Amino acid sequence: MHSSLIAWIMRAIPFGTIIMYGALGETVTEKSGNLNLGVPGIMYLGGFAGFASAYYYENTAANPNGLVSILIALSCAILASMAGGLIYAFLTISLRANQNVTGLALTTFGMGVANFFGVFILNGASYSAAPIANKAFAAKLPVLSGLGTVGQTVFSYGFLVYAAIVLAVVLHWFLTRTRAGLNLRAVGENPATADAAGINVTRYKYLATCIGAGICGIGGLYYVLDYNQGIWATTGQIEALGWLAVALVIFTTWKPLNAIWGAYLFGMLYWLYQFLPTLLGITLASYMTDLVQMVPYVVTILVLIVVSMRKKKENQPPEHLGLPYFREER
Amino acid sequence: MAQTEYAVQLNHVTKTFGPVVANRDVSLGVRSGEILALLGENGSGKTTLMNMIAGIYFPDEGEILVGGKEVTIRSPKDALELGIGMIHQHFKLVDVFTATENIALSMGHEEKFDLKRVHDRARAICEKYQFALDLDQKVYEMSVSQKQTLEIVKVLYRGADILILDEPTAVLTPQETERLFTVIRNMKADGKAVIIITHKLHEVLAISDRVAILRKGEYVGDIATADATEESLTEMMVGEKVELNIDRPAPVNPVKRLDIQHLSVRSPEGVTVLDDATFQVYGGEILGIAGISGNGQKELLEAIAGLQPVEPGTSIQFFSPDVVDPVQLVGKSPKAICEAGIHLSFVPEDRLGMGLVGSMGMTDNMMLKSYGKGHSPLVDRKAPHDLAATIKEELGVVTPDLNTPVSRLSGGNVQKVLVGRELAADPIVLMTAYAVRGLDINTSYTIYRLLNEQKKNGVAVLYVGEDLDVLLELCDRILVLCGGRVNGILDGRTATKEEVGLRMTQLIKEEQA
Repeated sequence: MHSSLIAWIMRAIPFGTIIMYGALGETVTEKSGNLNLGVPGIMYLGGFAGFASAYYYENTAANPNGLVSILIALSCAILASMAGGLIYAFLTISLRANQNVTGLALTTFGMGVANFFGVFILNGASYSAAPIANKAFAAKLPVLSGLGTVGQTVFSYGFLVYAAIVLAVVLHWFLTRTRAGLNLRAVGENPATADAAGINVTRYKYLATCIGAGICGIGGLYYVLDYNQGIWATTGQIEALGWLAVALVIFTTWKPLNAIWGAYLFGMLYWLYQFLPTLLGITLASYMTDLVQMVPYVVTILVLIVVSMRKKKENQPPEHLGLPYFREER
Repeated sequence: MAQTEYAVQLNHVTKTFGPVVANRDVSLGVRSGEILALLGENGSGKTTLMNMIAGIYFPDEGEILVGGKEVTIRSPKDALELGIGMIHQHFKLVDVFTATENIALSMGHEEKFDLKRVHDRARAICEKYQFALDLDQKVYEMSVSQKQTLEIVKVLYRGADILILDEPTAVLTPQETERLFTVIRNMKADGKAVIIITHKLHEVLAISDRVAILRKGEYVGDIATADATEESLTEMMVGEKVELNIDRPAPVNPVKRLDIQHLSVRSPEGVTVLDDATFQVYGGEILGIAGISGNGQKELLEAIAGLQPVEPGTSIQFFSPDVVDPVQLVGKSPKAICEAGIHLSFVPEDRLGMGLVGSMGMTDNMMLKSYGKGHSPLVDRKAPHDLAATIKEELGVVTPDLNTPVSRLSGGNVQKVLVGRELAADPIVLMTAYAVRGLDINTSYTIYRLLNEQKKNGVAVLYVGEDLDVLLELCDRILVLCGGRVNGILDGRTATKEEVGLRMTQLIKEEQA
């Protein structure tokens, strides 16, 4: 019982980290009023670019080094996903294309690009690996991870797990305590007001979308190089994670701090099907697995219902979310 | 006069939106320490012109001078840096922010980001001009007049010398308007240049030093307020003499149409907003409803239209000309009530909110009321199209095309479409609320004339209005609401403004007959 609870938590935290990055990135984007449904695609771009760069580095450098591998993979992942965000930004902000359609197209696009170029790396094999990068990304904290149960459940993950928590806190501070954060929120709530106040709406939207996409991409990178043990295979798994990240944004009511516990809760719920039988002492039919994995989405819907019933304005999405802004329109 | 005299000046400015010319070759200026009223009919391009000074639109031709120097105002930011602040008709505020946060949004980059300092400086401004404003309150919790005060504080915080107010009084009560005018006079005394757009002529005469007039996008001329009268201003605005008298024929053979007994409405929060209202409505007369806004007018009309749940004990009986027995309306669906011939046209503060779909054209908006008619599975587009054309013609709606989305029309034109549609539906009981809100004087009189026509045709008209002068001139009887209670029903021909005003503010012990 006790050990299975620990095992459960140790599954949930890395899982939660992937979607936490996705949700944090999407929160930044949505705060600017851009509803980017391309999160899964962007996570594919980030994950693949990170893997591919690390893979080439490992296979071409004479003496590959873990730290260099981290830097290369991280910067490639962020750049690639920012490029994805830039496509979305250009289409929806400059050309004022429909945000939902563009986002969904970006999901298909990112998935396609990653799997297409992935074929060249796989070269006929069913999977390929970047073990050095994986070792670097998954390196546990020294000393602390040895501290018994606590060390096992809290300190035995790669550095990106902790970076996500720091990022959430930083974003919270940014949104609530800085001028740029206030301006960004104003852009998403009411761009005409922000514009009249002299805020460059277009610049904020572009930056928020690209930076948000960059953060989402780290989620994809973490999935491939740490969570999935540095293995790339043609898969649809990242897509499901991307949608969970979008759901998590709603679950957190657009507040980065909520993303920390929300992501881990989603992780626990996602893995519920494996640990529920042991905890309750029952056996679960295999066809029930997918049903139980649906729980995070059900929880998101429940949160939506509760939030809309409480009618608290602070918990609502940014008012201008999903709408294009054009100054001379009336 | 020398050009440098003007704080801001426009020279030969032209702006077009597609085929529509909003402003053609307009030149005007305002001096420091002067209040300029900008007057014109709906759609005459006042707001567009001001938006060019405020950086929302960029002029196609012409130049703008600030302090005698030619400037390029490409964005609201440029305008703010030149000391130009505009208070828009639709407030530019972020609802989920506090007052302080909203003020902080527009502060300059040279200033350090410190919400506490913003709060203190804003408080100082409030004290200087004697504004009552809670700086920690969220905007969505504020009343309309509080929001407007916040807008003014925002502009003053930025240190604006040139203030533009676009229809600031359209949604204010008379008391709030008076308070606003005191503020504007204080700002004038402070050496600021003020441009105010308003349709209410008595306000123009009360507040401004000079009046500039636009007609169909062109500059007609200006006149010192001291030399102007309501008649002369209207004439300049419309281009012809307009009769400023409202006709009030005596009701012919009034028939009881609605018998309302013990009508009570409770708000979702459990507050009683309408308390035991009992009155009758007769065909062939106009029943005015007076009251300070928020005293139950909206609930009263909505309860009759079936949009508000009523408390037990309420009875609303409808006497239809076709049926002998009265019909109980309580418990009927809004659609059934509407089909029975009771129509409601409510003009909300944002005009588009109730009744019209902004992205649809006039024809489609007409169809919203008629799509249920006919037995073919296909909708009939011809009848609504003809109706839209008639309304456009009769009320003079300025639109490039019947299919242009109504949200692109100017505020007054949107309203003409809304009121026109309800009038065209041949109602038995017609309820209008704020039908002339924000309309220019000429169109307002058109609406009064249309209401009178309905009255002559035997329609029972319920008219909720803000302007007491109009209520007293137009209505046969005036029902005064105070705190959700019927505080007397007066005869429109004998009642005085003071009497109505008194009943609006304090409950009078009813001498039971």
